[in-house]
Amino acid sequence: MNLSNQKKILILFLILLVGIALGICYGSVKIPLRELFSQANRNILQLRLARIVLGLLAGAGLGISGTVLQAILRNPLAEPYLLGTSSGAGFGAALGIFLGLSASFLPLTAFAGALLSIILVYNLARQNGRISAQSLILSGVIVAIAVSGLIVFLVSISSNQALRGILWWLLGSLEIYNFKLLLIVGAIVGLGIVPIFILSQDLNAISIGEEEAIHLGIEIETVKKILFVVTALITGALVSVTGIIGFVGLIIPHMMRMVVGPNHKILIPATCLAGAAFLILSDTLARSLFPPIEISIGVITSLVGAPIFIFLLRREQRVK
Amino acid sequence: MSVLLKVNNLSGGYGQEPVIKDVSFDVKRGDFLGIIGPNGSGKSTLLRLMSKALYPQEGRVDFEDKDIRRIKLKELCQKIAFVSQETLINFSFTVWEIVLMGRTPHLRRLQFESSKDLAIAKKALSSTDSLQLKAKQINQLSAGERQRVIIAKALAQEPILLLLDEPTSHLDIGHKIQILDLLKKLNKDTELTIILVIHDLNLASEYCSRLILLNQGGVFKDGEPSSVLTYQNIEAVYKTAVVVNKNPFSSRPYVVLVSKENKCRQH
Repeated sequence: MNLSNQKKILILFLILLVGIALGICYGSVKIPLRELFSQANRNILQLRLARIVLGLLAGAGLGISGTVLQAILRNPLAEPYLLGTSSGAGFGAALGIFLGLSASFLPLTAFAGALLSIILVYNLARQNGRISAQSLILSGVIVAIAVSGLIVFLVSISSNQALRGILWWLLGSLEIYNFKLLLIVGAIVGLGIVPIFILSQDLNAISIGEEEAIHLGIEIETVKKILFVVTALITGALVSVTGIIGFVGLIIPHMMRMVVGPNHKILIPATCLAGAAFLILSDTLARSLFPPIEISIGVITSLVGAPIFIFLLRREQRVK
Repeated sequence: MSVLLKVNNLSGGYGQEPVIKDVSFDVKRGDFLGIIGPNGSGKSTLLRLMSKALYPQEGRVDFEDKDIRRIKLKELCQKIAFVSQETLINFSFTVWEIVLMGRTPHLRRLQFESSKDLAIAKKALSSTDSLQLKAKQINQLSAGERQRVIIAKALAQEPILLLLDEPTSHLDIGHKIQILDLLKKLNKDTELTIILVIHDLNLASEYCSRLILLNQGGVFKDGEPSSVLTYQNIEAVYKTAVVVNKNPFSSRPYVVLVSKENKCRQH
């Protein structure tokens, strides 16, 4: 790692810290820094901290999953939701709401839906014990389409009240009240990131081609299976509490590849930091733009992310 | 010279019907072996079976007297490197990062390259005459430059056996000669054993010390270029009429192609 990359990582880290500070202070009410820790604001502080932790987990988790999938599928459009995980979770949640289950059960049904779709996609994609990038993408897309059909079916036969619940869930939000749940999601995301870090050199080799990776001594089928399962679990755990927050897993890896280059030993920490900072800042905006109404975070990630992404892309094309 | 690689009654391929059928031969240390044959004769499949990228259906490949199925892939890649026909890389890795990847089989997970690794990578770049490309991005290079860098990556693995699958087929004649001269030099100077799949019969004749002519998945002829590249052998395998002359400089066989029109005129 050369000096300039170390500096870039440091800058990303500072941006994340600023994001956390803003996220604590701003919201539907603004709290100055020195009043933050007073007894009166304790509940607000707690809720905001929980949102920030969830933003950190979701940003890092979705960012890293996108990076990994883009590398192992060697497809620039790959993202954590591409392989049907999110649709599965969405169906689980929608079914829960439709059946009138209490809100605390929804992450469970959503995670069950995500797991089912992962197992389905994995088995559809497997041929003779191997998983090719193409068949993985195809079976992911097909499962997503089929499950989306089921969601639409549930929506169309739902009552108005259930409809609103399903819609709100599908829009995505970092809102969280259950700290135990936060802990579980944190554990899954945290444990999932470890093998990805360990396999970063393997990811470099796989991203230049599977045949190349074999000839560098990498057992690609094993590595691909581990990475697919890990990213699917991370995505499934996140989606079941946040709903669908689009765009992060797609653009953050691309942005960071433009900033620090494609070497995964640097790219992976960079996407973790940038994804976390991006989601925390987006959530802060979503909460504080039109108080007391909260805009869906997906609106912000798309409306802010797209212009930044286009700017970086154009700049890179000009350099070339 | 001792035997480095031994192919025993090897059969293998992709579906039910094997592409390579019951092939046997030995490769000695320091050999410069060319594998030739028409399209679909199984050249690339044979190469992939030797590199463990493909598992044999029958028979075995022994490397240094050990069945390669019993050698860990990572250990095998510390000794055997592979260069493919054309390596297209989507991501904008720099040349230096690509060449350093050649050190992967020698590194443990999460281990950064040591100064020794960096020195080996640098030597690999300079021996392929591409040290000046170090900071460039791999997807901005010309085809010839890129192939030199890919060979440098393979050399950074410090192999004793280099397998190449038509490494020059996308290059113009100048770059073809440049790459093959480089391989010849490595073969002479460092006793690197080379097995090369190659389409161009004249280049095969010029550079290889031994040729294996494949036909329909089997060995049709194995020997020195002068005994393999006869018009009888070539006509039998490629189903086309040729004239075989001698290269005036190297006195190796030189294959001249004859069009159908001219062939008719002669008769």
